[in-house]
Amino acid sequence: MSTLSATQGHVNLEPHSVSHTHEHHDTSGDTIFGFWLYLMTDCLLFASFFATYAVLYMNTAGGVSGKDIFELDFVALETAALLISSITFGFAMIAAQGQKKSLTLGWLAVTFCLGAVFIGMEIYEFHHLIVHGNGPQQSAFLTSFFSLVGLHGLHVTAGLIWMSIMMIEVIKRGLGKQTVTRLSCLSLFWHFLDIVWICVFTVVYLMGAM
Amino acid sequence: MSFLGKLSIDAIPFHEPIIMVTMAVIAVVGLIIAGLITKYKKWGVLWRDWITSVDHKRLGVMYILLALIMLFRGFSDAIMMRAQLALATSGAPGYLPPEHYDQIFTAHGVIMIIFMAMPFMIGLMNIVVPLQIGARDVAFPFLNNLSFWFTASGAILINLSLIFGEFAKTGWVAYPPLSELTFSPGVGVDYYIWALQISGLGTLLTAVNFLVTVFKMRAPGMTLMKMPIFTWACTWANILIAASFPILTAVLAMLTLDRYLDFHFFTNEAGGNAMMYINLFWAWGHPEVYILVLPAFGIFSEIVSTFTGKRLFGYKSMVYASGAISILGFIVWLHHFFTMGSSANVNAFFGVMTMVIAVPTGVKLFSWLFTIYRGRLRITVPVLWTLGFMVTFSIGGMTGVLLAIPGADYVLHNSLFLIAHFHNTIIGGAVFGYLAGFVFWFPKAMGFKLDERWGKASFWCWLIGFFVAFMPLYVLGFLGMTRRLNHSNNPDWNIWLYIAAVGAVIIMFGIICQVIQLYVSFKNRDALDDTTGDPWNGHTLEWSTSSPPQYYNFAEIPHVDDIDTWTDMKEKGLAYQGKSSYSPIHMPKNTASGVLIAASLTAFCFAMIWHIWWLAGLGFIGAIALFINRAYTIDVDYYVQNDEILQIEGVHIASNTKEVSA
Repeated sequence: MSTLSATQGHVNLEPHSVSHTHEHHDTSGDTIFGFWLYLMTDCLLFASFFATYAVLYMNTAGGVSGKDIFELDFVALETAALLISSITFGFAMIAAQGQKKSLTLGWLAVTFCLGAVFIGMEIYEFHHLIVHGNGPQQSAFLTSFFSLVGLHGLHVTAGLIWMSIMMIEVIKRGLGKQTVTRLSCLSLFWHFLDIVWICVFTVVYLMGAM
Repeated sequence: MSFLGKLSIDAIPFHEPIIMVTMAVIAVVGLIIAGLITKYKKWGVLWRDWITSVDHKRLGVMYILLALIMLFRGFSDAIMMRAQLALATSGAPGYLPPEHYDQIFTAHGVIMIIFMAMPFMIGLMNIVVPLQIGARDVAFPFLNNLSFWFTASGAILINLSLIFGEFAKTGWVAYPPLSELTFSPGVGVDYYIWALQISGLGTLLTAVNFLVTVFKMRAPGMTLMKMPIFTWACTWANILIAASFPILTAVLAMLTLDRYLDFHFFTNEAGGNAMMYINLFWAWGHPEVYILVLPAFGIFSEIVSTFTGKRLFGYKSMVYASGAISILGFIVWLHHFFTMGSSANVNAFFGVMTMVIAVPTGVKLFSWLFTIYRGRLRITVPVLWTLGFMVTFSIGGMTGVLLAIPGADYVLHNSLFLIAHFHNTIIGGAVFGYLAGFVFWFPKAMGFKLDERWGKASFWCWLIGFFVAFMPLYVLGFLGMTRRLNHSNNPDWNIWLYIAAVGAVIIMFGIICQVIQLYVSFKNRDALDDTTGDPWNGHTLEWSTSSPPQYYNFAEIPHVDDIDTWTDMKEKGLAYQGKSSYSPIHMPKNTASGVLIAASLTAFCFAMIWHIWWLAGLGFIGAIALFINRAYTIDVDYYVQNDEILQIEGVHIASNTKEVSA
C-alpha cells in the first residue's frame, strides 16, 4: 500500500474521466449491431443458394420446369401475407417503443398469424408438388428450387418460434430494455426475410413463370 | 432401422493394428491425465475456471491447447504419409493400405487447416485483441465460450471417427461426385460434413463477436487508424470469415441434402453439377487461406516493431495492404481449378488477379524490412521465426506466381509442386507466425517467459526440416509425381521421397523441442517469471497489464493518443499510475450453458452421422432448449468492488516500481 500512496501524487485523472460512461454500459446497441452482422452472413448463405439456383434451374433432366409448376396467383397471395406481416411487425415495434404492452402483443399475434399463413401455403405448395411426382429428388432444378424456397421457409419458421417465445417474454416481463432490444432483433430478422422473399419471388417465380 | 442406426460393433476397426494401438495410447494418456487431475483435486478448478469460463484470455489459452493437441494428431498423419511414401517406392506396397492412407491424407488436411491453424489463430486473437484495444472483454462473452465449444465439438467428432467407423477418403476438399453417396457410401464423408459444419458455425460466431468488439468497444481516443496492427489484421480476417464461412455452410448443407435426401446438387445424374461444389468450396477456401495468414502478418508486424524498438514502418500502407489482400482474396478462387476448362479469358482474369495479390504482400514485406533497417533488432525467438518467415514465405509466394499462370498450371495442377507451394505458404506464413506469436505472448497469458535455448533449437529444426521436407516436393512435381499417390514405381522419384521423409523427421525434432521447451520453462517458471507485465518493452496496451492480466483487464479504461499507446504512455510518464479509488467494474459470470449446448449439438451431429434419428432429435431440441434457458437466465453478471481492484492494482504497480528502483 505504501507504494500506492507514494504514486498517488502523480495520478493523472483528467483524460481518464471518460471511463465513467463505460461503467454502466448499455449494450443494446452492440447487440443490434452484432445481430445485423449476423444477418449479413445469413444474406450470404442465401446468396450461395441463389447462385446455385441460377446455375441449376435449367437442368430439368427431362422433367418439369418452372413454367410448368409455378402458380403465380397462389404465390402472389402468399407474398402478400408475408409483406403485410412486415407492416404489422412495424406496428408492433411502434407499440413496443411506446411501452404499450397489449397493443404490442396484439400486433405480434397478427404478424404471427400472417407468417403462419405464409408457411402453411408454402407447405401446401411443396406437398402438392411432391404428390404429383415433382419432388426435389427428380431433377437438379427441383433440388435447387426446394432448397432455396425451403431455406427461406425454415428461416420464417424459426422466426415464428422466436416470435412465440418473445410474446411469452412480453407477457411475463413486460417491455423492459432487454425485451425491446430482442424485439428489435427479431424485427430486423423479419424484415430481412421479407427482402429475401422479394428476391425469391422475382428470381424464382416471376422469372421462372415468364 | 435399429436403435443405434448404422452403428454396431463392426464399426470399430479391430483389424487395424495402427488404429488400435493409437487408441490404446490415447486411452492410457487420457487415464493418466484424469488420474492426475483427481489426485490434485483439480476437477472443480477445471470446471469453474476453464470449461465454463467466459474470460477471453482463458478461452484463448484453451483454443491454443486444442490447436497444439490437433497439431500432434495432424503431424502424426503427416509423418505416417511420408514414411509410407518412402517405403512404398519401386512397386513396394508400403505399410498403409490405400483405404487407410486415403483417410490419413484427408484427416491431415482437415485437421491442420480447420482444427490446428484456425484455433491457433483464434486463440491468439482471443488473448490479445481485447487487451490491445483497451476493452474488458469481448462484446458477447457467453457467445465466445459457445464458439470455443463448437470448435472443440468439431475436433471431438473428427477424433471419434478414428474409433467409430472411418473418416472421409476424398481428400480434404471432398469433391463430388466422389463424396456423393454412390461413391462414398460409408460414414467418412458424414463425419467430414458435420465436423466442419459445427466448427464453422463456431468460427462465424467468433468473427461476428470480434467485429462488434473492435467496432464498438475500443478505448476512448482509439480511432480506427490508431488500432494496433495485429488488431487490424484480425479485423480483416474477421471480415473475411463473416463473408466466406456462410458459403461453406451452404455448400456443406447442399452436400448433406445430396447424401441424406437424395437431392441432385452435385450428382452425375438428374442434372447435378459437381463443378458448382468446387466453385462454392473455393469461394470459401481461398479467402480461408487469407484468414489464416493475415493475422500471422499482424503478429510479424508487432514483433518486428517491438524488437527493433521502433515504430512500424508504413502503418497505414500495412492496413490498406491487408484490405487489398482481403478484397483480392475473393476474386481469385478459380485458380484452384484452371483445368475446369473455362474460357481463356476467364482463366486469364483469375490468373492476373492472383498475381496482383503479390503487390500488397510485397508492400508488407518491404514495410517489415524498412522497420528493421537502421533499427537494433534483438535476435530473440519470435524474431527468428519472423526472419525465417520472410525467407520461406517469399519462396512460397514466388512459386504461387508460377502456379497463377494458367498455362503452367495445366502442367502443375494436382502435382506435388502444388503441395510444396501451399505448405510453403501455410507453414512458412501462417504456422511460423502463430509459433512466433505463441512465444511472444506466452508470458502475457501464462505469467512466465519461454526458455530461449529450446525455443531456438525448435526454430532451427522447423526451418531446416521444412526445407528438407518440401523442396524435394517441388522437384517431384516437375518429375511428374501427382498428389495423393499411395505408392510409386519410378526410380527417379525415390531419392527425393527419402529426403522428404528425413525432412519430416527433422520437423518432428522441432516439435519435440517445443514440448521440452514448455516443460523446461514450466519447471524454471520462477526464474523466467514476468513480474513487470511488459517483458519485451512492448508498444501496445496488452503490455500495460500484469502477466497474466487482471481478470478485468483494465482497472480504468486507458485513454489512447497514439498507435503505440503504451510506448506513448511510458514516455509521458503515465504508465503504472495507480488511483486511490476505482469505480466498480461490470463483469460477466461464468456459465455452463456453452459447453452443454455444444455437447447437445455434438450428440446431434454424431447421431446424424450414424442415422440414430431419436438421438438426433433429442440433441437438436436439447440444444435449442438450453439456449432458450440461457436467454432467460437473469443472473449473468456482477460488479468487482473498489477494495478488490485496489489490492490487485497495488500488486502490479508495486512490482513495477520495484523494477525501476532496482
